[in-house]
Amino acid sequence: MPNPTHRAERVSAPEGSVAFEADVLVIGGGPAGTWAAVSAAERGARVVLADKGFCGTSGATAAAGTGVWYIDPDPALRAAAMANREKMGGYLQDRRWMARVLDSTYQHSNRLADWGYPYPVDGRGKSQRNSLQGPEYMRLMRKRTKQAGVTILDHSPALELLVDDDGAVAGASGVRRQKQDRWTVRAKAVVIATGGCAFLSKTLGSNVLTGDGYLMAAEVGAEFTSMEFSNPYAISPAFGSVTKTLFYSWASFTYDDGSVVPGAASKGGRSAIALALLEGPVYARLDKADDDVRHHMRVSQPNFFLPFDRTGIDPFKDRFPVTLRLEGTVRGTGGLRIVDDSCATSVPGLYAAGDAATRELICGGFTGGGSHNAAWAMSSGAWAGQGAADYGTQVGPTARRTLSSAGAVAFRSRQRRAFAPAALARAVQAEVFPYELNYFREASRLQGALGRLDAAWRDVSEADAADRSEIVRAREAAAMLATARWMYRSALARQESRGMHRRDDFPDLDSRQRHYVTTGGLDEIWTSARPHAAASYAEAAE
Amino acid sequence: MIEVIDGERCTSCDICVNVCPTNVFDKTDGIPVIARQGDCQTCFLCELYCPEDALYVSPFADQAQPIDVVALKQTDSMGSYRRAVGWTDETSERRGVDRSYLLFGH
Repeated sequence: MPNPTHRAERVSAPEGSVAFEADVLVIGGGPAGTWAAVSAAERGARVVLADKGFCGTSGATAAAGTGVWYIDPDPALRAAAMANREKMGGYLQDRRWMARVLDSTYQHSNRLADWGYPYPVDGRGKSQRNSLQGPEYMRLMRKRTKQAGVTILDHSPALELLVDDDGAVAGASGVRRQKQDRWTVRAKAVVIATGGCAFLSKTLGSNVLTGDGYLMAAEVGAEFTSMEFSNPYAISPAFGSVTKTLFYSWASFTYDDGSVVPGAASKGGRSAIALALLEGPVYARLDKADDDVRHHMRVSQPNFFLPFDRTGIDPFKDRFPVTLRLEGTVRGTGGLRIVDDSCATSVPGLYAAGDAATRELICGGFTGGGSHNAAWAMSSGAWAGQGAADYGTQVGPTARRTLSSAGAVAFRSRQRRAFAPAALARAVQAEVFPYELNYFREASRLQGALGRLDAAWRDVSEADAADRSEIVRAREAAAMLATARWMYRSALARQESRGMHRRDDFPDLDSRQRHYVTTGGLDEIWTSARPHAAASYAEAAE
Repeated sequence: MIEVIDGERCTSCDICVNVCPTNVFDKTDGIPVIARQGDCQTCFLCELYCPEDALYVSPFADQAQPIDVVALKQTDSMGSYRRAVGWTDETSERRGVDRSYLLFGH
């Protein structure tokens, strides 16, 4: 049955800006943002979705393809799906959340089929729903978002949140970069669906993901969790952007002289590749793929072959140089802390979904890259959209509330020195890209990096407001800087190796540290340990 | 990075300007321009969305590559991604041929 659509109301605004009155504002138009927007609209909310780029192409999913953690509702299959990655994740997952994500992902994937997503059919006639083609999926999600009556603002980076006198989040403002003006949305609740932070590493489709939502959320006091699990690196041709690590399951890895890199593998052997790359070039050849696999690869992920076809490399026969590109918190598992089943954050009126939110609940401390993250985006997106819509019905209209802007860094006039976004972004990359700092962690190296990052934060905090033409870049660079500091403070706090977090000085898992590390703050970064759900349940049962 | 907007094929529809997630292009009175090439993240999506096969994204992510457009147009590179994913009328049957499910588990 078609829903009545309720459209956000465009209100008069000062010249050079556009303003809307809405129930729910969704920031970010990837999978999580579009599911949030559709779900909020289906609850009767008037919704605005603001995307930094173009809703339908921006984000880590649109450019790639993704597995989906889609498991048929057979209790044995579901139990196995939950169990098989618990060890890898360092036993930090929460079975209750895993079960509800599996249920929700199953429902949402089936809705995609109803909406016309062209799922492939296997030899037995069964529709296979555990993979999505990024461009196809996100084009469909844009269409459904529009059909739901959501107002989409493309090329409209959000810059800062709006808060009421009680500190509740009630909208955001930003710029429309192709129209050279500003936007403001007064809303009863806001969903942060801005993705994680990949530090402009050019890992496929991720350069729009610079931690912007984290910075805005931190400025209103939101908390983060599992930010130490932020060091996945993806394999790509050294010259290219296409990171499809799965396909390197069929690769052999060699040094310059042609000898095999011992222990190198796409799964369970990426650290051997990182170590070898510290010494010199590493080459791959997908020579373990038989003819069938080669054919499946080509029809499944045509963009994997673009860098090869266009440089005359046959990846199955020729050796080609590879590198590891940092995926940061896009494929890490940290993010905004979720405090209840509706994906609320610790700040009233603020919800989080997708990679911007923690995935510790279903991934623990090991990357949910691909399937788990895609499942989480659908599920958390839908819950956050519904949660924000329901919250909105409980609060009064925003029109009469006095709202203030929460943004600080890059907005304050200090007139000490100019804000230099590009240089700042490079300085942050110099602290988070190197394998010896981020992949292989150790206390004195982490402290050295933190010393430099903290000094950079003091610097930008005292810098003059960014120029209008540079404000988006300035906020991105500041967000990358803040993200790096939460990552490394959390990494110092976890004095063990668990999940993807590995400490050279604490190489083993310590059973006493089966807890979460919470972090937050801007001028001063704090961390604290939070008990694992299993411990909380045990306590409650006593 | 994006290297080519072919003036012969481009119809100035500005789809590339709209869909580029990193805002690399600028509209003009005629053919769009590659205004911020260094911001290109080499995601190939502009090329995928171009209905005229007028764009070419070089696979080199970190540096610009000089391209001989005349030679390039002798090959089938322009539009090859669009055809491969089934986004042309002639190849639409490819939209449902994802075989990833056969590759998982490795």
